[in-house]
Amino acid sequence: MKKEERAKKLSRRSFVKLAGGATLAGTALGIAGFPGLAQAANSAEDGLNKSNAVLVDIPKCIGCESCTVACKVSNELAFNQQEQAKTAKERAEEPGKGLVSGTWTSINLYEPVIKGETVRRFVKNQCFHCHQPACASACFAKALYKTPEGPVVYNQYLCVGCRYCMMACPFDIIRYEWEQAIPGISKCQMCVEKVEAGETPSCVSACPKGALKYGKRADLLREAKERIAAKENGVSYIGDVFGEKEAGGTSWLYITDVPFEDMRFRTDVTTKPLPSYTENYMKMTPIIGVSWAAILSGIYIFTHSKNSKKKSTESDQ
Amino acid sequence: MQEEKTRGKWGFRFTPVRLVMLAISVAAILVILVRLTVGLSMTNMNDQWPWGLWIYFDVLLGVALAGGGYSTAFIVSILKVDRYESIARSAMLTSLLGYLMVVLGLIVDVGQWFNAWRPFISWGHHSVLFEVFLCVALYTMIQLLEFGEIATEKIFKKYHKYFVASMPVLLIIGVTLPTLHQSSLGELFYIMQGKLDPLWLSPVIPICFLLTSFAVGPAMIALETRLAGRALSHKPDIPVIRSLIRISGGVLSVYFVIKMVDLVVRDQIGNMFAGTFASNMFLLEIGAGVLIPIILAFSKAAATNAGQIWFGCMTVGGLVLSRFNMMTGLGGYMNASGASYFPAWTEITVSVGLVCIACLLYLFIAENFSIVGAHGHGVEHKRKHKVDVPLQDTTTIQA
Repeated sequence: MKKEERAKKLSRRSFVKLAGGATLAGTALGIAGFPGLAQAANSAEDGLNKSNAVLVDIPKCIGCESCTVACKVSNELAFNQQEQAKTAKERAEEPGKGLVSGTWTSINLYEPVIKGETVRRFVKNQCFHCHQPACASACFAKALYKTPEGPVVYNQYLCVGCRYCMMACPFDIIRYEWEQAIPGISKCQMCVEKVEAGETPSCVSACPKGALKYGKRADLLREAKERIAAKENGVSYIGDVFGEKEAGGTSWLYITDVPFEDMRFRTDVTTKPLPSYTENYMKMTPIIGVSWAAILSGIYIFTHSKNSKKKSTESDQ
Repeated sequence: MQEEKTRGKWGFRFTPVRLVMLAISVAAILVILVRLTVGLSMTNMNDQWPWGLWIYFDVLLGVALAGGGYSTAFIVSILKVDRYESIARSAMLTSLLGYLMVVLGLIVDVGQWFNAWRPFISWGHHSVLFEVFLCVALYTMIQLLEFGEIATEKIFKKYHKYFVASMPVLLIIGVTLPTLHQSSLGELFYIMQGKLDPLWLSPVIPICFLLTSFAVGPAMIALETRLAGRALSHKPDIPVIRSLIRISGGVLSVYFVIKMVDLVVRDQIGNMFAGTFASNMFLLEIGAGVLIPIILAFSKAAATNAGQIWFGCMTVGGLVLSRFNMMTGLGGYMNASGASYFPAWTEITVSVGLVCIACLLYLFIAENFSIVGAHGHGVEHKRKHKVDVPLQDTTTIQA
């Protein structure tokens, strides 16, 4: 049912695109752009709550790494000996936080000092699956897209390899297959086939301690706030749910008892959806382009008619 | 009959400098071929620095420095300021070659280069890059057609009249498209919220990119006429370039005011003097690359040969810095994670090689077609300046 709906929406979009293609490129941009963007804006809030999400309860994680192994196995990603040799603490200190091409998720160990005491916290790191993803907005070939179910999915078939998505990603999650002759990007797909079939992502199924929970985003957000308020198992959580508002809301939510900034979370990230920074510009472009061309034509006709008159009088003399 | 023959003559002079450029070009082409087969592992780009020298140098700079094409097309052909006609063709040729190198540079940089046509079919119309892609691709084609008007003076002459007839349309589209993508190149960075240093991250980035690309046009012409002039024994037209430099100075003044107002509005003006690497680079960009050129443009120096060369160097240098500073502005964020980037020799070879290829093509075309100092569209072109050595052939037949 859902798939059919999506297919319908897609075919409608491509029809609009085809119709637009017949006219000027600039005008076509307008036709194809407006309904799509308006639709996105209306359904943003609604879709955010309906989509699926994962809640990560950081204090519950024991760092067993069952999730990272499950991810490799279920997504058929090769085990890399060099990566295997690293400890969770080493990964936490790396520039890329343990994520490399072919490794979609990592468990990192942070040891911040809280009230004079060193505490150990394991953090699972992967794509946040933003509700309005900067990467998908930045992609000029539609190789990245957000599914209504939650995952942000990559399609290498359409990818040009410009890496603008990596530059745009607010969480610096996307990795590139630098070592491949024909490289693509590498990032968590949130087990899109499973999610679409109503199943749970592999990492969540593999977690033995209930540190990961999969469900509807609205339910998980409510539960996260309940856990924070209830101080479950004597854990004093910090008031915020990371991912509730960050980058306009994400499909991965985190709660913790240790400040997020001590575990390299990007707490200064904007709460405005990133596509909104550039989408108005893109809406304006066709209009500006067409009007500018019209102005130029006007000037051209004016200057050239005046000139030809001058020339003809000169030749008369 | 006789005239046909001489006109059809082709020639290219090999000087030591040109041989060096040829060697670098060949090396670059070899590196490019290896890169296209084995991937990007031969570069120093990494997950924290996904964009490297090729984007900042070949693409950002290439497109901006080629801006001389559309700014002169606007002034000469649309505003119809006839006295600039003598430089119109060489500005256009530089622009065309610049864009061809940008396109080549992009193909080398993207991972799945064989997919480069994909966005024509799969429209990511929400992406600023989509607009840049469409405009750059279309503009390069438009410029090739514009060059067709010059080329058909020598080869495939029977098509010449069609090119002449289509010039008005080509010119108008050819000014519209660069206006759009020059600004969009700046807007590309606006989605990198919180990554780009606040000194540069501003809603007016597109306007800044547009104005600087327009202003650098005359500066490039001032330099290029000297360089090409030396190689082609052609004297630069100092009064013509002077008045172009004034236009450029005016545009730079507007740019400077916008930049300052923007900093005040966003409450960043104090950060200019923060003493950090980024703020110092910013001061250098504005001071040496904007203020000094403005002063030069409106002083008596602009009427002298040396003054024009200085203006050219400072303005082009300022633009290089302003585009490079996108890297500086992002670098602080990227390096904070512990990553670093310095281009590999392969990257440098390709970037330098692309410039050499463009220069060699410019010289070849300038020596074989009517470019430098040529007047007017098509049929009749009188040569204003006495041109000797390499252009002898063409001048004699025209005389």
